[in-house]
This record gives sequence, C-alpha cells and structure tokens, in this order.
Amino acid sequence: KIMRIIIILAMLMGVTGSPNGTIRPQAASADTMAHPNCIPEAADKTEKVRKNVMATGELNPNHYPARRAAQVVQHYLNTRYGSPFRLIGVQKVHSANDVADSGRKYQLELSVKETISNTTENCSAELFFPRGVEQHSPKVQASCEALLKIDTKAQEEALYQEYKRNQSLVSAQNLPDSHGRIAPDMEPFWQLGILASSFIMLNESNENTLYNVAQVANITQLATEDDQLKFDCHTLLHDMVSQEIIHWKLLFTWSPPEGVKVLQMEKLPHRHEQEEPPNTN
Amino acid sequence: MLLWRYDALPLLLMSLMYFVCNRVEYDYYKYHPMSEITSWMEQLVKDHPDVVTIVKYGKTYENKDISLLKIGLNTGKEKKAIWMDCGIHAREWIAPAFCQYFVRQILQTYKTDAKMEAMVKNMDFYVTPVLNIDGYIYSWASNTTRLWRKNRSPGPSDCGCNGTDLNRNFDANWGTVGVSFNCCSQTYPGSKPMSEPEARSVADFLGSRKDSFLCFLTIHSYGQLLLVPYGHPNYTAPNYDELMMVGLGAAEAIWKVHGKNYTVGTSPDVLYANSGSSRDWARLQGIPLTYTFELRDKGTYGFELPEDQIQPTCEEAYSGALHIITYAHDKTFSGAVATSAVTLWTVLLAAGVTGATLM
Repeated sequence: KIMRIIIILAMLMGVTGSPNGTIRPQAASADTMAHPNCIPEAADKTEKVRKNVMATGELNPNHYPARRAAQVVQHYLNTRYGSPFRLIGVQKVHSANDVADSGRKYQLELSVKETISNTTENCSAELFFPRGVEQHSPKVQASCEALLKIDTKAQEEALYQEYKRNQSLVSAQNLPDSHGRIAPDMEPFWQLGILASSFIMLNESNENTLYNVAQVANITQLATEDDQLKFDCHTLLHDMVSQEIIHWKLLFTWSPPEGVKVLQMEKLPHRHEQEEPPNTN
Repeated sequence: MLLWRYDALPLLLMSLMYFVCNRVEYDYYKYHPMSEITSWMEQLVKDHPDVVTIVKYGKTYENKDISLLKIGLNTGKEKKAIWMDCGIHAREWIAPAFCQYFVRQILQTYKTDAKMEAMVKNMDFYVTPVLNIDGYIYSWASNTTRLWRKNRSPGPSDCGCNGTDLNRNFDANWGTVGVSFNCCSQTYPGSKPMSEPEARSVADFLGSRKDSFLCFLTIHSYGQLLLVPYGHPNYTAPNYDELMMVGLGAAEAIWKVHGKNYTVGTSPDVLYANSGSSRDWARLQGIPLTYTFELRDKGTYGFELPEDQIQPTCEEAYSGALHIITYAHDKTFSGAVATSAVTLWTVLLAAGVTGATLM
C-alpha cells in the first residue's frame, strides 16, 4: 500500500519537473545566434593595423551600422563584379570595426553569395563614409576576386549576341510584377537593371541609408551604332531607413567585355498620386 | 420509366460546378485580394463553428469593417489570449498571407496535436489578417500603387499627399524618433497619437482586455528580423533579457526550417530607431511578449516576394511564432499543472500518514 503511494509520488515528481522546460539556456551572448550557420567567426585578433589610423572599436556585426556598411559593399561589388548572370548579395557580416578618421571608416569581414550559382565567398572590405558639408559618395575597397571564378562568359556572350542581332529592341516593365513574377527570359534584364542601379545606390549611400531595388519599372533597349547594348531604365529604389521609394532614370550600356557603364542618371521628382485614387471598391 | 429532360442538364451541371467550386481548397500559397480574404474568413466560421468566430472591432478611414478571427475552444471562462496582426503596411503582402497560413495551421493541428489542443483550450487566438484594409486594397489597384505603405486617410488640409504610417501613429513615444512630419513622407505619424481609426480600433479592442494578453505579434516585411521593444534608443523593456532569449529561440526555430537567418534585437540596434509602433504600445500596455516579425526576404525581391516563396516563408515564420506562443503558454499554464500536482501529493501524503486505504 505504502509502495503504491511512493510510486505515485515519484510519478508526480517526474510530471511536475521543471515548468519551464522549453527554455534553453543561451550560452551565446544576446547579440549572436546559437546555431552553426550564424555564429560569427571569431574576430581576427591579429588584425592588420593600418598606418595613421587608430581603431576605435569593434562593431556588433548584427547591428545597423555594420549592416548598412555591408550593404554599401554589396552595391560596390555588383558594380565591380556583377553581370546579368552574376548578382552579389551580402550574406553575413563576420566582423566590423569602426575607425575614426575625417569621416567614418569601416573594416568588414563578410561572406557574400552569388545569387544565381548560390556559391558563397568570404571577402574583406574597407569602406569610408566621408563627412563634411558636401555629400560625398562612400569609398569602398574590397577584395573579392573569388567571385570572378564563377564563370558566366558563355551566358553573357549568348545574351549579348541575341540582343545585338535582334531586329526588335527588347522592352520590359514591372520586374518583378506585383506578385513577384519575372518572365524567365526577362531575368537577365532585371539583373542588368539592378546592376545599373547599384551605381546609383553606391553613390547615394551614407550611414543613414539602406538601399535595395524595389522594382525595375521599365527597361528598354535603345538602338546603337557601336558594339554596346544600350538601355534606358526606370528603377525604383527602396531606402529602408526612410521607407521611401525613390525613382531614378538611367541610361547605360553593357557588353561582356565592358560590363555596365552608366552614361546618365537622373533622380525623378518625388511623385505622389495627385490624381484621385482609382475606385477601390 | 425515367424521362431524361435535356433542359435540366445545364441546371444540373451548374449545381455540380457550384458544389465543386465551393469545395476547392483555398490556395494559401497565392496572394489574395481583400474580397477573397473576407470570403475565406466567412467560410472558416462555417467550417469550424465550434472554434472560430469573426469579431468586427473597428472601421477603416474608408469605413470598411476591420475584422479578426477569434480561435479557441469555448470553455465558458475568461481566457488568456494571443494577438497577431498582419498588413499594417499595405505593400507587405507576405504578411497577410502568413496570418492566413497561421490560422490554417492551428485549425489543422489542434485536433490531432495534444500541445496545440491544450493551447486552443487554454487560450484564444485573435488574428487580424489585414489591419490596413484601405491601404491593402489600394496596393492591389494597379502597378503604380503596389508600393503604397500608409493608410488612406487624407493629409492635413494644406497637404497634397495623403496617408499616415499606422506603425508610427500609436501612443508610444509618439512623434519622437524615426518619423517625418512631412505629410508626404512614408513615415508620417499622423496629426497626433492615435489620430487614425485603424490604430484606435486596435487600442480600443485591446485596451479593455490587455490583462488577458500574453503575447502580441505584429507581422511585416521585409528584412528577416525579429524586433523587440522599444523603438526608442533610450528606453529598455523591463523584460528585455526574456524577450531576447525567447526571440533567439524563435530565430533558431526559424533557421531549422529552411536555413534562413533572422536577426534578433531592438529596432534601434539592428534596424533604426522608431516611435509610435503598435509593438511598443502593446508592451507599454503590459503585454509581456511583444515582437515585430519582418519576414522574407533581405532585399532581392523585397516587398514583391514571389509566390513560390510564400510557403517556405510561412513555414519558417510559423515555427518562430509558435516558439514564442508556446513559451507564453507554458509560462502561464504549466505552473497550474505544478500547483494541482502538489495538491494531489499533499492529499496522498496525508492519506499515507493516516493509513487510509486508497487502492
């Protein structure tokens, strides 16, 4: 009889146990994530100390200063290495340092992903946001040669030949459309639009912006006499910090050997629907 | 002998088609316009009358009903609650898609999954699939309106633009940081706190019930973030450590589904300072676990996330939300289990001492 009572009591002990069984102690600091892919690599303690420059501090790679700086590096990398078949995105900032200077200098270790082939590379970058009365573009130095080993020459040449030869000039709108769709044969033009926009995003970036291309509203091929393909492009940039959609018009050329060259860029006035909204019933 | 009337055939076919069409599964992996979402909500009540009701709790500027789905088993008692809203910002289409998926998941699993059954018994889920209805409908109107963010109330009389950012309009450090008083701006916070009917609807509904709510989740896109209060850099939530711990657990749960990284932190730390958000307001009301979810992606497609990403996004977000909700539930209810077990233990011990026969 007593044994039965003891057994019941023992069972009850097992049942009540810890009421908070779902809480796992987090060994990692609050700012890092406790799983393999997201633990930042240990900051390189033997980091190169540049001449004339004193490190002011390590930045949290998850916090916005490092994230915004990394985004600028992404735009730079696309202007430098991007192609209609090679689009680069920053995947992760491993470490960031803020260096005081006549502006703000960042040293970043990041992993970047080439979005079409899905390969990831580690890169180092240095980024300088100048300060002063005039708005200057950030200056970026990044070493990411490994991205070039993703070979896209054949596809680029094929695209170039097709649209050089074509009698009609390609024109596409709303890439992507409202539902996120892009016709497969229009994808390279969406990528071209993003690449060309990267020049603008790079120029326009500062510590208080975070740019992405919201949509390539229109990309239209223009006739040329030379061996470049030429495009007129209307792009919508989204700045995360202000949440604004900023319209830009671009004129640019592209060919496999030359890459993207922006001839003209023009910010369009801040448009608001002045007309009555359509009947939404 | 049966006379087959040929003129009855069309009627027969139509009836058959009507039956078939009504039985076609709702496609959770496509974006739906407001009219379809409303029909879906009504159909859910018909299909699950014992657990689902629709509550209309306010009106938009354009006088449309703001509705939520209340999901829970009727116990006749006052219950603890979970709040989820989607679509405060019109262009964030993946958010309403997630609210719909979330509801479907609860309804699909509560009969077979013991944990979900317990949660649906102990708590009510209040889910608003689209809060900014006017804005959402406007974003469906044409290609040029797709990227609208705010609601559709008119601006001040001297302003050529309209719309207020509902997520800057709540009475939580209103108008201090992360706003622009340019009425054309995407972060225009309104003429005063709670000036907007959509914000007032939430506040009125929750205000009288705030002590019941364990959890307040507001769903947005894009960025892959889990944001904890407060948006103002000078204020720290009293349970910041808990919010971070649970948030990191949710991010891990998300990552386990499809390998996507969601960064966890306060808005001023990981994104930008802001004020007047619904999440901050909810935390100030005393609701302990308040989070802003910023769903996929990180900028490649941004607001115009392809439909083939709806399913994986919803699956991972569900995992994250469930982690937070389960924590909130267990914190409140397993305590009750412990209490009743202790009572039972005491009774048995007393019985053992007095030598009473129990078996």
